[in-house]
Order: sequence, then C-alpha cells, then structure tokens
Amino acid sequence: MKYILCFSFLFLLSNTIQAQNVAVFDNYSSLKKEILSDKNTIYVVNFWATWCGPCVKELPRFEQLNSENKNIKVVLVSLDFKNTLESKLKPFLKKKNIKSEVVLLTDTDYNSWLPQVDKEWSGSIPATLIIKNGQQFFAEKIFSSYTELNQYVNKFTN
Amino acid sequence: MKKLASLLVLTAVFVVSGFATDVPTPYKIGDKATDFRLKSVDGKMYSMADYKDAKGFIVVFTCNHCPFAVKYEDRINDLSKKYKSKGYILLAINPNDPALEPTDSYELMKVRAKEKGFAFPYLFDDGQKIYPQYGATKTPHVFLLDKNQIVKYIGAIDDNVDSAADVKEKYLENAIAALESGRTPSPETTKAIGCSIKAKK
Repeated sequence: MKYILCFSFLFLLSNTIQAQNVAVFDNYSSLKKEILSDKNTIYVVNFWATWCGPCVKELPRFEQLNSENKNIKVVLVSLDFKNTLESKLKPFLKKKNIKSEVVLLTDTDYNSWLPQVDKEWSGSIPATLIIKNGQQFFAEKIFSSYTELNQYVNKFTN
Repeated sequence: MKKLASLLVLTAVFVVSGFATDVPTPYKIGDKATDFRLKSVDGKMYSMADYKDAKGFIVVFTCNHCPFAVKYEDRINDLSKKYKSKGYILLAINPNDPALEPTDSYELMKVRAKEKGFAFPYLFDDGQKIYPQYGATKTPHVFLLDKNQIVKYIGAIDDNVDSAADVKEKYLENAIAALESGRTPSPETTKAIGCSIKAKK
C-alpha cells in the first residue's frame, strides 16, 4: 500500500513537472523583449490558437522541428482568448504533450501589433515568423508537412 | 529600336497579366468592387444591384465555424439593423468550402441564421468565386463600399473581439460616419486576427 501511495505521488509529481507553464503577455513588444530577444538564438515563432483547425494540424510539425533541429528554438504564440487559458489552452497542451515553449498573447488590439510582426500580415492564422540575428522572415501560410517546414526554415537559417 | 521597345512592353504586359489570372489582386481602397449574385439562407438570390437606393454596402466575409466570427455575430446583426435604416446594406458572405469545413455548409448556415435571428442576407459563396476577387483572407473580414461600389474601408469591425463592451475604437462605424459626412475614413484599413478561409489548394 505504501508503495502504491508513493508511486502515485511520484506519478502526480512528474505530471506537475511536465505540465506546461504558460507565460501570459498583454502586448507583443514585451513578449518580444522577454522571449525572442536572445541574439544567439534562431527563433521559429508560430502564431496559432486551439480554436484554429489548420493550426492544430500543423503543431506536430513544429514540435518535430523543435526536437530535431537543435539550431533553432520554436516558440508557439497562442492567440487563444484570455478567459480560456485554464479551460482550453492548458488542457490542450497537456493532452497533446506539447514540448515547445508556449506563451499566450492576449492583446486584442490587433491593428496595433500585427504590423509589428510583419506589415504584410492580413491576420489569418497560422502564421510563422523566423528571427535570426535581428532579421525577420514571415510567412502567412500553413506548412503541410514537416519536410516543407524544415526546408523553409533551413533556407533562412543556414 | 522603337519596335524592340514596344515588344518589351508587350512582353511585360503579357507576363504581368499572365500572373494576374492565377490569383486576383486583392482590392485596395479606391478599387471598384465586383457585384455578385449569391444565394441566401432564405433560398433567394441577392445582388448589390437589387438595392437601387443604397448609400453603401457593408460586405462581411464570415462563417459558422470560426470562434472569431462567432464572437462578432451579435455585433454584425446589430450593425445590419442599425445601418439598414440609414441606407447602408449589410451582406454577409460565407466563403468557406464545406467539403473542408462541414460546419460551414449551406444547410448549417440556415440553421445558424435561424438560431441567431440574422436580420441580414447570409450568402453562400458557392464555388468560391467571389472572395478571391475581394482578396478576403479570413473570417471575419469587412469591406465597406460606397453606393458606386468603390472600396472605402477594409478590415476589422472594431478593436476588441473579446468584449463588445470594452471596444475603444469602432473602426467600421467610424468609417461609415466618415462616408456620411463626405470625409475619408481614418483608418482606411485595419488588421485583425481571423480564421483563414478554407479552400482546396
């Protein structure tokens, strides 16, 4: 019995450790400053939401990129609604066992911050931004396979 | 030399128009928007030409499935009632391919329109011929046209999808007010998040 208790405690603990801690930002500039500003890191930033079907379909490709391509860091910027952090986003990340860093951006004044990401962005998601040495490459599209995503990323980062 | 020059120009025109036929250029402010003849949830066909006395048109690309569009449903409905009496006709168009997004089928559009008591024509872009001409990329995506179907404003309805009560700037209503008083809307375009339009590649 003791063992079982001990075991379930460990199990619970490991679950707690694994569960994503999601940093919440209410504006893009502070997100960029805190999460995307290391000059020696190449970032692949994916804008997505749990309510966006194509985004959810695309996520495993970014997860694979994050684990297989050690030169880059994937950051998944969720645009889920503020009040669904606990009810939708966190359970989703746990269920899908998402390993890449996830942050929630709750700024709904899109007209102010979308152009800061890229002035051509019409606002549809998914959308992906690569940041390397202060240079930015933006794509408002869905990557339909890991190969396509990896080739696209390598084109800019190698 | 002259011949060579004109040949070059011709080639250039040919190349440019060759590309243009694939993907139409999205409308910009000042472009004349195309009319359409699309079926609404009441089974009737609607065109802008049907509204002889309209002072303008609010063309909203929207749909059933997108949570962003859903958050704006009540606001779109209120806008359609408020501005109809002022001569601005709101026409909503669902641009999605139901084969890819079954929730956006014509049958389910009828269901949603009834549930929500839509006071505006909710049109189905059957064959997806209209949205590419406008250059709509997402739902919701608004195009405000004057009575001559000239594009005057493109973008979002307002600056807060989460809560109508917390809106600071009503972009669309401000743009209509500008048209009313003969001014240029400011801003003329805005950006907002939305669900990408579902189309086969």
